[in-house]
Amino acid sequence: MSPGKPVVEIRGVTKAFGELEVLCGIDLAVHEHEAVALIGASGSGKSTLLRCIDLLEEIDDGDIFLDGEVITDPSVDAVAVRRRLGLVFQAYNLFPHLNVLDNVLLGLVQGHGMSRAEAEPRARELLARFGLEGRERDNPDRLSGGQQQRVAIARAFATRPRAMLLDEVTSALDPELVGEVLQAVRDLKEEGVTMILATHEMSFAREVADRVCFLHEGRIIEEGPPERILREPERPETQRFLRRLLEAGRA
Amino acid sequence: MADAVPSEGAARDRRAERAAARRARSLRGGAIAAFSTLVFLGAAAWLIFTSPGWPVVRDSFFDAQVFEETFPGIAESFWLDIRVFLVVEVAVLIIGLVVALLRTVRAPALFPLKLLATIYTDVFRGIPTILLVYLIGFGVPALALGETEDGSRPLDWLPTEPVVLGGIALALSYGAYVAEVYRAGLNSVHRGQRDAALALGLTEAQALRHVIVPQAVRRVGPPLLNDFIALQKDVALLAVIGVTGTAFREAQIETANLFDYTPLLGAALMYLLVTIPCARLLDRWERGRARS
Repeated sequence: MSPGKPVVEIRGVTKAFGELEVLCGIDLAVHEHEAVALIGASGSGKSTLLRCIDLLEEIDDGDIFLDGEVITDPSVDAVAVRRRLGLVFQAYNLFPHLNVLDNVLLGLVQGHGMSRAEAEPRARELLARFGLEGRERDNPDRLSGGQQQRVAIARAFATRPRAMLLDEVTSALDPELVGEVLQAVRDLKEEGVTMILATHEMSFAREVADRVCFLHEGRIIEEGPPERILREPERPETQRFLRRLLEAGRA
Repeated sequence: MADAVPSEGAARDRRAERAAARRARSLRGGAIAAFSTLVFLGAAAWLIFTSPGWPVVRDSFFDAQVFEETFPGIAESFWLDIRVFLVVEVAVLIIGLVVALLRTVRAPALFPLKLLATIYTDVFRGIPTILLVYLIGFGVPALALGETEDGSRPLDWLPTEPVVLGGIALALSYGAYVAEVYRAGLNSVHRGQRDAALALGLTEAQALRHVIVPQAVRRVGPPLLNDFIALQKDVALLAVIGVTGTAFREAQIETANLFDYTPLLGAALMYLLVTIPCARLLDRWERGRARS
């Protein structure tokens, strides 16, 4: 697709929780400015893959590279790697004891050693950009789910990560709040942010992703441009999955 | 008038009706509560005051003159209780948090300390506080005063003051309880919080310090206050190793001198003066949290 070295490259990654094999040999390369959507049923390994890339889970076999450097070697400093990635969780995971601004500042100040004075303008600017101006001093529980998830996106993006990893960022939201969060992701895409997003929103995958990967039982069994994967999938598993989504009114 | 604007008038009437019904209900509730309390207290008073032992109890526990004479001294000595409590409490909070953190961390290098912390909580929580006060109150001075053959005392730097030793015993005993309270608080912070902190590039230690511990401490406030109340009362145990000057000890001495138990009641009153406000504070705190 794009020339040059991939930002994130995954080679032959496997991961099991006890007897349960969640990832069974994943290969995937994501290039600069590319957005890759991971789709597939619950339990197909999308979230686990994202957590493995951010080194929150240790992989069993294979390798993951960030900008050409292997990051899954035991000798690699996981903290330094995580500072170069941004992960957004399905359940937001905002810090309830910190206000909105401090949620965004924590990574900049503690993780990246910036001074508060240096970090605060950046944090405020980002919050404003995601429509959260005036909410800086509020506690997260005063915000709607959509607002909380936008804070979480600002928090993960504040450190200018090499790639954003978005794990089902709209699945916990009421339907009427999905749009505002998708708008924030669209915004990142327009800026050319490299991202990998696990999603159940097919219309969104179609719009934002350059490439869609269908995960089934721990493998990417089909991938390609969204128009093709979502309109004319070749594999029967993909067809079945999309038909089920359509019946549930989610596609 | 109600006919002219039927809907509005009717609505206003319904509202007034409901408010009146609510007022009547709450009045009736108050009356029933007051009545049943009176009946209960009356029955209890009748049972006590008509019992054959009452005259003896009245004379030896509720002697107004003895109370008047002894209460000022008891109240004054309660100041020592307060000071011991405050110093021990600070030590307990520190011991508890350190032990709880040691029991929670996963770093292999800290394993010996983790093991030690586990043994500490098991042992000190398992021994009655009064026994600990005895063991430390009498055991440590014996160590400190022990002489070698040439007459030197290698451990003479150990404290021998009963009030210090008693305080140490209380701190060790309550430290073990409070460590478990803290640990429960640390474990109650959702795993996603740690994940989020790490994902932002924080180290494990930073995640603990900035994300997990602050949330845990907020959650364990009420159970901690409960342990404070217990500790506050247990300062009285220091009497068993000869600590003089606490409210309980003072009352004990007066009781022995006057052959009258009224001073003990005076001491009880002093404890209640501190513990009841603490308990109310705890209630309010928990109500506030339930609301938020």
